[in-house]
Amino acid sequence: MFRTALRNLLAHKTRLMMTALAVLLGTAFVSGTLIFSDSVGAAFRNKMSKSLDDVAVSVTPGAPSTEKEGARALDDRVVATLRALPGVASVRPSVGGVAVIADKQNNPAGSEWGSTGTNYVPGKDGKDSRYPIVKGRGPAAEGEIVLDEKTAAKTGTKIGGTVRLAIDGPVMTKKLVGIAETDDPRVSAGGSLALFDTATAQKLFGKPGEFSDLVVSAKPGTDQQKLTAEVRNVLPKTFEAQSGKQLAAEQSKMIDKETSSIRNTFLAFAGIALFVGVFIIANTFTMLIAQRSREIALLRAVGASRRQVVRSVLIEAGLLGLAASAAGLVLGLGVATGLRSVLNATGASLPDGPLVIEPASVLLALGVGVVVTVVAAWLPSRKAAKIAPVEALATVEAPPAVKSLVVRNTIGAVLTALGVAIMLYVTTLKDSGGLETAMAGAALTMAGVIVLAPLLSRPVVHLFARATGRLTGVSGKLAKENALRNPRRTAATASALMIGLSLITGLTVVAVSSNQGVEKMGQQDLTADYKVTSANFSGLSPDIAKTLAKEPGIAAAVPIRSVGFQSDGAPALVQATDPSAIGKVSYGRFVSGSATDIRNGTVAVSDEYARDHGLKIGSTLPMSFYDGKKAAPKVAAIYAKNDVYSSVLATFSLVDPHLDKVRDDEVLVKAAPGSAAELKDKIKETLGGNPLMKVQTPEELRRAEAGNIEDILYLMYGLLGMAVVIAVVGVVNTLAMSVFERTREIGMLRAIGLARREVKQMVRLESVMIAMFGAVLGVGVGIFLAWSGGHLVRSSFPQYEMVVPWARIAVFLLIALAVGVLAALWPARRASKLNVLESIGAQ
Amino acid sequence: MSHAAAFPTSPGAPARARGGFPVAARATGLSKVYGQGDTRVTALDSVSVEFRRAEFTAIMGPSGSGKSTLMHCMAGLDTISSGSTLIGDTELSTLNDKSLTRLRRDKIGFIFQAFNLLPTLTALENITLPMDIAGRKADAEWLDMVVNTVGLSGRLAHRPSQLSGGQQQRVAVARALTAKPEIIFADEPTGNLDSRSGAELLGFLRESVQALQQTIVMVTHDPVAASYADRVVFLADGRIVDEMREPTADAVLDRMKAFDAKGRTS
Repeated sequence: MFRTALRNLLAHKTRLMMTALAVLLGTAFVSGTLIFSDSVGAAFRNKMSKSLDDVAVSVTPGAPSTEKEGARALDDRVVATLRALPGVASVRPSVGGVAVIADKQNNPAGSEWGSTGTNYVPGKDGKDSRYPIVKGRGPAAEGEIVLDEKTAAKTGTKIGGTVRLAIDGPVMTKKLVGIAETDDPRVSAGGSLALFDTATAQKLFGKPGEFSDLVVSAKPGTDQQKLTAEVRNVLPKTFEAQSGKQLAAEQSKMIDKETSSIRNTFLAFAGIALFVGVFIIANTFTMLIAQRSREIALLRAVGASRRQVVRSVLIEAGLLGLAASAAGLVLGLGVATGLRSVLNATGASLPDGPLVIEPASVLLALGVGVVVTVVAAWLPSRKAAKIAPVEALATVEAPPAVKSLVVRNTIGAVLTALGVAIMLYVTTLKDSGGLETAMAGAALTMAGVIVLAPLLSRPVVHLFARATGRLTGVSGKLAKENALRNPRRTAATASALMIGLSLITGLTVVAVSSNQGVEKMGQQDLTADYKVTSANFSGLSPDIAKTLAKEPGIAAAVPIRSVGFQSDGAPALVQATDPSAIGKVSYGRFVSGSATDIRNGTVAVSDEYARDHGLKIGSTLPMSFYDGKKAAPKVAAIYAKNDVYSSVLATFSLVDPHLDKVRDDEVLVKAAPGSAAELKDKIKETLGGNPLMKVQTPEELRRAEAGNIEDILYLMYGLLGMAVVIAVVGVVNTLAMSVFERTREIGMLRAIGLARREVKQMVRLESVMIAMFGAVLGVGVGIFLAWSGGHLVRSSFPQYEMVVPWARIAVFLLIALAVGVLAALWPARRASKLNVLESIGAQ
Repeated sequence: MSHAAAFPTSPGAPARARGGFPVAARATGLSKVYGQGDTRVTALDSVSVEFRRAEFTAIMGPSGSGKSTLMHCMAGLDTISSGSTLIGDTELSTLNDKSLTRLRRDKIGFIFQAFNLLPTLTALENITLPMDIAGRKADAEWLDMVVNTVGLSGRLAHRPSQLSGGQQQRVAVARALTAKPEIIFADEPTGNLDSRSGAELLGFLRESVQALQQTIVMVTHDPVAASYADRVVFLADGRIVDEMREPTADAVLDRMKAFDAKGRTS
């Protein structure tokens, strides 16, 4: 039987080509993802281990909860104690934090999370081995700074020039004295490096004389474990000491966690692609078995058992899967390389390193390819087993009896009804906890529609044929009949396309709707021209609003501060602002009272909050703050809930006492009439060119939010693109197989006068009908799922309102149309080139 | 057949064959050579033959004699190596694929041994398929008559899978007749039928020649089938070796046996 399977496989090479391609693309996606994540993980680990090379023990002050027990700081005395330990080669005390460097436009030169500032620790030779100086010298005095090459270039400063930076407060200037190198992954991943002398760094990031961590290097031959234990012994319990190995293991775990989340996301999409492939494989084997029914009957007649027939088909599938996934593995190498460059191009800056091919990845990719192919061929193989030996003797070629669709339609209707019912239930959910339910409902709905697809194919194809009937004539009529001839085949081919398109449509609708919601959010209630915030969320000094308010060209600069509180156990946020000016920068509609009613001892609340807490004008709002203090202001005004104000508005006198440090969350700036345009640079200038300060127009705020959604959407398109490509391969496959099966018919049609052009047209139209059927199903299901699932988004994002981007959906349908035409190119050409006489004589 | 009265002709009248009927198709010096060098095979060797209008001709010969090749060449399904072939007054060798296709559509009807019909179309749709391809409407009266002649009324809405083999072949005959072609080529039309259905089908072909003035050329190896024709042309080794008018099954069989004997001794 193995030999029969192998022979069959080789005999049908060309017919199996498309199926193999589908498996190949799927496994390439899987293996590419695995190789990519292994390689990136290895490269990160490599970098980490390099930076941990000379770390024997790392000492940190420990968890902040122990602070109260009179914890000691990491100071010079601790350093001296450690240095005295036997086996210790050196102790490197470091202190650091976020240092934001201003680029030429006074924007942060590095990414928010990667703007690293730390101290330069010269050794006996006056150099810090961790940060080799490539130009100039190390920082030695308070006014000096050293940057990495990339950041220096961004500031446009040469050695000797002035660098502007901010830690968490006002802007500072330092003199650039050198350029250093680093292999700190945060810096190479888009951050920036700033080095200061130790005293300066301590002043900037901590307290004078204190360090944030100590790195102990061991003398050669010292046991790390032992040294760590000794360090723990000599230091107070509050300090935390970790061996270099422990650190490496911890970081390695973190890297694994991070790469595995990327890997799992990609694998999910690879899974979708493979699932789409299942339809193509099943289709192919169903067709092959139908074409081969006489051979199989002959095998049965000469004594092969049913089980042997099944096994033969499954072995054939297994061999096909193996060959295709081996090729897929090779392509996967390319995918892995490509993924890295694509992600790097979008700003991910992944470290370089060789491709890492783990045996497990190879086995997994091959295994997945083989299993998917065999599982997909299982149902067709059972059909093969049902072929009776007597069919070998049949002289007249009887068309195979069409199995009734009644059972299938019933199952499909039940599944679809269940799925739709669940999705309708989801629309009634109030909170966003129904995600799992919604996903189950979506999966059921899609599965139901796939099972029902043969039933649905008839009306959709008829409709399409009627719409184009006048244009397409007899070719259209023949194409329609061909598309309807085998509803299961048409349905399976179209379903493959439907899966990808329904996901794409659903995501598009949700993304576009969210975007619209975000846009509304900004537009509706903010009337300010600029919003000033701090890039590291450390807040703004109250001086900023005062300075800005005095600036000519600025009509109002209104600060907003906030603090959390609880009322009857329910947490909420109270904002403090200038009640007399808030109306100039925001649109607040007061239901009763007005903003100016907010005075010492009174607050305004939103209508929603008032309703939820049973508040009226004149009622008392009991507030307990997180510092343990309480207040009980009276409600003086009620406003319609909006996007700028929180639940409660108060004066500074209510909020300020409960803040650690009086800081503004944001300052809303309204320009004087006619001066809005040039104001942005002026505000920045007034703020001293502080790179921490963000000055954004409402438009920019919106775009920052919306830009993210669009980027994610395009990434999804890319990832789902593979599923669509495989579906297209499936359409090509079905058409090629159909043309092969109908060789005699095509010969006859040509003999009685169908022109080559019309044969081509016939195949092309069948292709288009199948593609459009898949597209219509996909778009329909996608919109339904987006509509019902959208209610979940709405519960946490009230501005969300479903918008169907018809233009984009029209583009999807046009693409499906193009897919139909493209998929038919090769099969149609083959059909039209058939030799009339040979075709008529073909078996 | 009630329509026979409309076409007053007596069956197999010899005068009709010799009479002034114009020629529906003609081959002159037709040769067909396959392959080159050592593998060169001459399928047709300078064959000249005429098929007159409203005449039923059978082409007979042992397998490999070139009878199918002759039909294919004359029907524009195969190219010729030399000579000329005419359908009506159209010289086929001057036509490109497109014009040949159109010629087949408009001037030629085909009946194959099997697989004549599209399984997706009903009997009626199959019958009118050539007209549909041409974008013409079938002449309703004529269609009605053809359908009645081949005895298919009442089965028109059926799909091929719901028809017997004989009925399927009659649909093929009706399809060939409906377009009123210059000539119908039939390639072993009874090859897949039992003898009763075969006889019935040949009766219809005979009838369509007499009643509907159709020209039919039929390739067969069955002497009984050949006996329904007005004229039998015998082919051997790519040449026309004999011709018989008003054939009977026995006479044809004797003639064939003679060729066989000759073929074996030479």
